[in-house]
Amino acid sequence: MTNKRCLFDVMLLALPALALVGSATGCARKSMAAAAPAPAFGSAIVESSGGKQIGAAGTALSQPVVVQVNDDQNNAVTGANVSFSGPAGVSFDPPNGITDSSGQFSTVVTLGGMAGRYQIVASTNTKAQKQVTIKIEEIALDYQRRLGQILDDKYCSRCHNPESTPERVSNYDNLEVKPHAFTEGETLNKLSDADLMAIISHGGPALNKSPLMPPYGYTLSKTEIQALIAYIRMVSDPPYQAPGMIYAQK
Amino acid sequence: MQSSNPAPESLWKKLFGEPIRAFGIVSVLLLLLLAIAPAKNHFSEWRHYQNGYLKLIRTRGEAITLQRHFQPGIQQIWKPELGVTDRCTSCHVGLKEASLTDVPSQPYRKHPVIPHATDQFGCVMCHRGQGAATTVEEAHSSTLAWEQPILPARYIESGCGQCHRGGLESTPQLNQGRALLARYGCVQCHTIKLPDGGVMQATQDAPSLSHIADKTTREWIFAWLKDPQAYAVAAKMPNFKLKDEDIRDISAFLIVNSTPIPGDTLPAINQKAPDPTAGASLYGESFCASCHAVQNAAGNLVGGNVGPELTRIGNKAKPEWLRAWVRNPRIYDAKTEMPHYRFTDQQVATVEGFLLAKSDSDLLANAHLDAATPDQIAHGKSLVMEYGCASCHEIAGIKKPENFAPELTRIGSKSVSQLIFLPGMPHTLPDYIAGKIRQPRAFASGLKMPQYTFTTAQIDALTTALLAQNDRGQSIPPSLTVPAPPPSHYRPAGKAGQIMADLACFSCHSINGRGSDMAPDLTWEGSSVQRKWLEDFFRNPGTLRPALIRRMPKFNLSNEDVAVLSDYIMTVYQDPDFDRDSMPESGYSTSQVEQGRQLFYSKYACQSCHIVDVKADKGYIGPTLTSVGSRLTGAWIYHWLKNPQSLRPGTVEPNRNLSDDEARQLTAFLMMQKGAGQKEAKK
Repeated sequence: MTNKRCLFDVMLLALPALALVGSATGCARKSMAAAAPAPAFGSAIVESSGGKQIGAAGTALSQPVVVQVNDDQNNAVTGANVSFSGPAGVSFDPPNGITDSSGQFSTVVTLGGMAGRYQIVASTNTKAQKQVTIKIEEIALDYQRRLGQILDDKYCSRCHNPESTPERVSNYDNLEVKPHAFTEGETLNKLSDADLMAIISHGGPALNKSPLMPPYGYTLSKTEIQALIAYIRMVSDPPYQAPGMIYAQK
Repeated sequence: MQSSNPAPESLWKKLFGEPIRAFGIVSVLLLLLLAIAPAKNHFSEWRHYQNGYLKLIRTRGEAITLQRHFQPGIQQIWKPELGVTDRCTSCHVGLKEASLTDVPSQPYRKHPVIPHATDQFGCVMCHRGQGAATTVEEAHSSTLAWEQPILPARYIESGCGQCHRGGLESTPQLNQGRALLARYGCVQCHTIKLPDGGVMQATQDAPSLSHIADKTTREWIFAWLKDPQAYAVAAKMPNFKLKDEDIRDISAFLIVNSTPIPGDTLPAINQKAPDPTAGASLYGESFCASCHAVQNAAGNLVGGNVGPELTRIGNKAKPEWLRAWVRNPRIYDAKTEMPHYRFTDQQVATVEGFLLAKSDSDLLANAHLDAATPDQIAHGKSLVMEYGCASCHEIAGIKKPENFAPELTRIGSKSVSQLIFLPGMPHTLPDYIAGKIRQPRAFASGLKMPQYTFTTAQIDALTTALLAQNDRGQSIPPSLTVPAPPPSHYRPAGKAGQIMADLACFSCHSINGRGSDMAPDLTWEGSSVQRKWLEDFFRNPGTLRPALIRRMPKFNLSNEDVAVLSDYIMTVYQDPDFDRDSMPESGYSTSQVEQGRQLFYSKYACQSCHIVDVKADKGYIGPTLTSVGSRLTGAWIYHWLKNPQSLRPGTVEPNRNLSDDEARQLTAFLMMQKGAGQKEAKK
């Protein structure tokens, strides 16, 4: 029994080793094959789309992240190698590959399980084997902030988000006093949680602001308003720093 | 012999010396042995993490509070009724500490805010893993004795689904997964039993194939089976990856098996040639796009997903069938969600011309089919049975197979040792389920499950919904579960009921819990609107919300139909909580109206969302109120203002907590808005 077990273990160990050897040779062959027809290099990498997305922690973002490799003349480069990396927990599908005929490479990003801001990095090598990179930020929401996002979508965004889609026309332009987008950290970060709670619960007049902002204190529960505030704090740009947090780390 | 005798003695003596010394050594050994247990305890992983935690909190401002909350030793959440014994909090020490949200990662970060306390249900209910383990490896990974490792965060909503059997506003992924299981017909082949004794039902049956020869050609069936998504990008029909000969035979069988329905085809309508712009505008006016999508020049789908995509409908529908279908779809399919528009002959011809022009010359280019032989037809029939086509489609002469595919009631607890994984695939249940949905045929040869075209997010959602189908979910005490609201089988009765079924009102509106949420809920419509407005609206539906692209289409209703429907709605769909005639339609005092105006524009700033004066107001979110006084009843406005959510749960309009007087004054102001300028505005 033990003998068999040992044999089994040895085989288990040997298998990945064999696989490693196999894949290493395979890789070598592959990269040579890929390098032979298209040794393309750019000199810069730029983001085409997919940055600043907001998704649930641990899930795939709804839009792929697309980057483009350009040469010195800002022309798109086809066939350049691009690879993505990110903090622990972030995964890419696929993590690397070569740019298509329009010089772009696209990947589906799955965020890590912790809520927060994730900085992912796309990189490519120049002809001189120097690495050029671009940093792209994505936001992962936990349960509470996602509830906030759902509430924002239902109650707030039609006035607070100036962008219109065919499915939903923004009311922003119709308002005499312009509401603040939730990403406007410059303004919103100055308001305390209590102020936000007051303005959402009792409307604009609670802080001597416009009555165009109605009160939601009789419509939403306190938990829901807290979720909204947590969400607003998460998406603000520049990021919100909670007051009174004493950082003595490092 | 003699020389060998002293040797062991000397060895013994060499090692231990005198018996007294030997006793000492053995005692020390024993002591050391005894020390193993406390040492093991001392160097245990959880103690290491607790020490790390103490080190971390010492650096923080709120160290004293955190220190006071800290309890050393192994911690345990024990819920015998749930079978939960979780010692996770021995290492994850900071889960309840509100101030530790800024710690970058576990084990010391605070648990995100969720609706349940962390010790209410324990950890493994949602996160899986081995709760009773006290080492990192055993708690998180699968070991020889434990098959359920920690669930990746992307599937965490499956935990909610174990107790919450209906939709929750805050679990969009779980809801989407369950909706996909029903919508894509997964549950037609795979039985999913619900703990309340029912089974998960498909949203709708796929189209019947018993009369398909009336509707389309064998060539189209061939192209469709070859690649459904080539015909319609978002087609729900999966690709069965059939060989050309097999498709040839299946298409032959389906055509031969089809029987005609009297009246489902019409000879060409002798009308003047419809001009193409008329078709496009009739298609627009009839709001076909609320349900049907068409690909635009950029390749994006524009329109709803209730009905089939129409980008290449000209390749599919036979003109004589399309004509009859547009005129009255209920002849071909009595249960269709498509309304009977009551188009005139000219309109039918116009729509027909418009739709038939939507075709793609490449689609049927490769479908050259010779007349089928009896052998081919018989082979086609056997393939139809082999692939379980009748699970979703009604096919004359073929019974819907029972238990065609493995039951998925407890798939979320499936033992990993019973699964066959693809090479290179992580050996976990979620990876298996997701992999199986992504590429079902890759797992073995001869598998029948077809290839779907799901996105990563859809696969994650499906996996989440399936992981919620587990042993725990089936055996949880009923007192702890939140059952799904029972499905409503409401059907309006009588002549009005027949007309409503014919117009397919429930495809857009919802009444008494049944129907779709595309258009307003009509449960209390009789208390809400004035009869004259309702009749006018049926004859010529204008728009109340200019920002919406989906609107009520115009049905060519007869005066009698309008009267029957209006009578029924005004009589039956009344809110029992108030009398719709309790507030007058007019005759409010000027001062009351004026006070209402002040409230509307100044105190409550209703113009941010509503328009009363088309020249001054721009609010775009709520319905236009320029003629609200001839649309709604005073009592409805009053009660709506007092508490909008009590009349229509989930409506966006906030409850302003108005006093009775304020609500009355606003009602007076709004009831005066009779829409004098409405007729000009319409033109």
